[in-house]
Amino acid sequence: MGGSQGTPRRGRPARAAGAALAAAILLSGCSDGEDVPVLTWYINPDDGGQANLAQLCTEESEGAYEIQTSLLPADAPSQREQLARRLAANDDSLDIMSLDPPFIPELAEPGFLAPVPEDVGERTTEDTLEGALAGAMWDDELVAVPFWANTQLLWYRESVVEEAGLDMDEPVTWDQVIETALEQDKLLGVQGTRAESMTVWLNALVESQDQSILENPEAPAAELETNLDTEPGVRASEIISEIGSEGLAGPGVASMDENQSMLLFQRDEGSFMVNWPFVWAATKAAADEGAVDEELVDDIGWAQYPRVDEDTPSAPPLGGINLAVGADSENQELAFEAIECIVQPENQTEYFITNGNPPSSEAAYDDPTLEDEYPMADAIREALENAAPRPQTPFYNEISIAIQQEYTPIAGVSAERTPTQTDSFIVEVLRGERLL
Amino acid sequence: MTTAPETPRRQKREAAGSSAARPASRKNGNGGKRTNRAKSEARLGWLIAGPAFFIMLAVTAYPIAQAIYDSLFSFRLTAPDERSFVFLQNYMTILSDTEVFWRALLVTLLVTVVTVAVELVLGFGLALVMHKALKRIRGALRTAILVPYGIITVVSAFAWYYMFDINSGFVNGWFGWVPGIDSDLDWFANFGTAITIIMASEIWKTTPFIALLLLAGLAQVPDELVEASKVDGARWRQQMTRVILPNMKAAIMVAVLFRALDAFRIFDNVFIMTNGAAGTEVLSLLAYRTSIGRLEIGLGSAVSVILFICVLLICVIAIKGFKVDLASGTDSKGGK
Repeated sequence: MGGSQGTPRRGRPARAAGAALAAAILLSGCSDGEDVPVLTWYINPDDGGQANLAQLCTEESEGAYEIQTSLLPADAPSQREQLARRLAANDDSLDIMSLDPPFIPELAEPGFLAPVPEDVGERTTEDTLEGALAGAMWDDELVAVPFWANTQLLWYRESVVEEAGLDMDEPVTWDQVIETALEQDKLLGVQGTRAESMTVWLNALVESQDQSILENPEAPAAELETNLDTEPGVRASEIISEIGSEGLAGPGVASMDENQSMLLFQRDEGSFMVNWPFVWAATKAAADEGAVDEELVDDIGWAQYPRVDEDTPSAPPLGGINLAVGADSENQELAFEAIECIVQPENQTEYFITNGNPPSSEAAYDDPTLEDEYPMADAIREALENAAPRPQTPFYNEISIAIQQEYTPIAGVSAERTPTQTDSFIVEVLRGERLL
Repeated sequence: MTTAPETPRRQKREAAGSSAARPASRKNGNGGKRTNRAKSEARLGWLIAGPAFFIMLAVTAYPIAQAIYDSLFSFRLTAPDERSFVFLQNYMTILSDTEVFWRALLVTLLVTVVTVAVELVLGFGLALVMHKALKRIRGALRTAILVPYGIITVVSAFAWYYMFDINSGFVNGWFGWVPGIDSDLDWFANFGTAITIIMASEIWKTTPFIALLLLAGLAQVPDELVEASKVDGARWRQQMTRVILPNMKAAIMVAVLFRALDAFRIFDNVFIMTNGAAGTEVLSLLAYRTSIGRLEIGLGSAVSVILFICVLLICVIAIKGFKVDLASGTDSKGGK
């Protein structure tokens, strides 16, 4: 179960520190027989950054606690499933959990998460970016501590926008993106597979028109109302439908996730792509290995997520990880102490550099070394300020699955039919009248 | 003393028969000695089989009973306080849902019927080849044919997925010359192509299993019967339909029953290849998604109970349809 993967960068010192720590623990154990409380941190898979932070904070605690990591499944819905099952079964090993923001309300509503002490909340969210903070709240209360935040950018090929004569310093609309791809016979990198990424895309399209998918997110299941059958919902569906019916996302769009979009973007037909920042490090690594052309890296540019309307700012998707403590944990106080250590701005910066996951703390972006590794760090920070969370409701999973079913394959999306159908489908499912 | 060995057998037969037979056997006046012996045998039987019986009860009957009980509640794992008794409401919701439940049931039946039918034909062909093969290569042949069955279903599902995947697969590239296949064909985007690949992978993997079962059946057909039919002038087809197939009835029934149950519970292939997209959702995936994905324990249990009832129905239909007495391990007519 352990998730102690070391990154190449920090592997050696971390191992040495680990050995020293193990020796220290062993010696102290021999001398006074004192038991060091062990905190279990359920982590999502990464490049070893969380395991390193666990070790670092264990050392910093000077024997007050020891953090052990336990690896969760790869995708966010499977992580939610495992954590929800454990929490519902009153598993007391859930000392610290790495939680995806959209699933937080579902776990907070039944009281599965220990309340964040006021002082801890104040100290850890002093300079948290607004979007990231919104994702850690439920019912106007902070229920988790933001650890890192994530957002999508519009990635483009310099050669393509040059030919189209687009000024990428100015905001770009979806219409411009579609038009450019059509004109130059290029492909767009979007996520059309039946997965949560579909909800992420639709939500960003609706939110950027100043509307939310849910009318009343905090209502109980039977009273929840979705409003896709409105002007913004129809407009969002039009964009998805056009990309699907014109074949702008390539023939494999039905199985295209974030990684596949990136591979498409790296091909000669690539033009634009909406995607998380990991694509930058991955493309650079591919170029170093010779899997893609070196010139490709120089041809890649980034801008803010595209707008739907010229006059309304875009609302990029919000992702990331927040840290929460299980309500049945026997070490709650120590767990929050450990969380305070983990989310320190300098740790977030280090985590960004080594693992590619952007900080949720504004101060973490001040590190000058960031510029070399992530020249788009400022763009990410700006996007995070405007980012909009996915529907914050305990029934997010149902809503997301319903959207995925109705909006895939994207070639079958109809601006007249799909929004109405999705609205009634979600309502019927939430009232227990239909299966999903 | 000559009757002594027959006695337990007769008593066993009586015990297996109607309960009305029991008082009669007690009244037969053969003395308490045999009855006591039968009693102690029964006690010994319970002592030997009892632990296994209770373990079986614990691991099968208990979860089934729990699922039936849970299916009567509206219960979501992440809303424990809102649990409420709804009696058969979950079943009503499921059975009235034509778009999800009935569609999933039809897809499951389609997969079951097509895969079992194709596998029977292919499996019988393979069994004949193995049966007629030279003794020297028979072992190697069996091993070679069994390879797909030895592969874990999830692994074979991934292999088939990657073969046909539009981004990483080689099929579109290699078979571009076949009409209907080109580099733009996304096999998993349409129901027709997706379900074909799912069924093909299932057939590829489990045909060896049917072939082995049928081979066992073939081996049990007495050579004298085949020889006699030859002497009587029967042609190959007549030998097949009049001698070999009727004598293999029990083996065919076991093969059909096992495979039908297996195919009806298909999960891995669909989960890996489409995860239910393009209309390929099957019943077990629906049960999984409802119970595990949505954490709707009540509704998910109801789907599982319906799935269980379907499986029982398949058993009954197969056993009644083939008129084979499995308990004695023989076809009542075949007499083996």
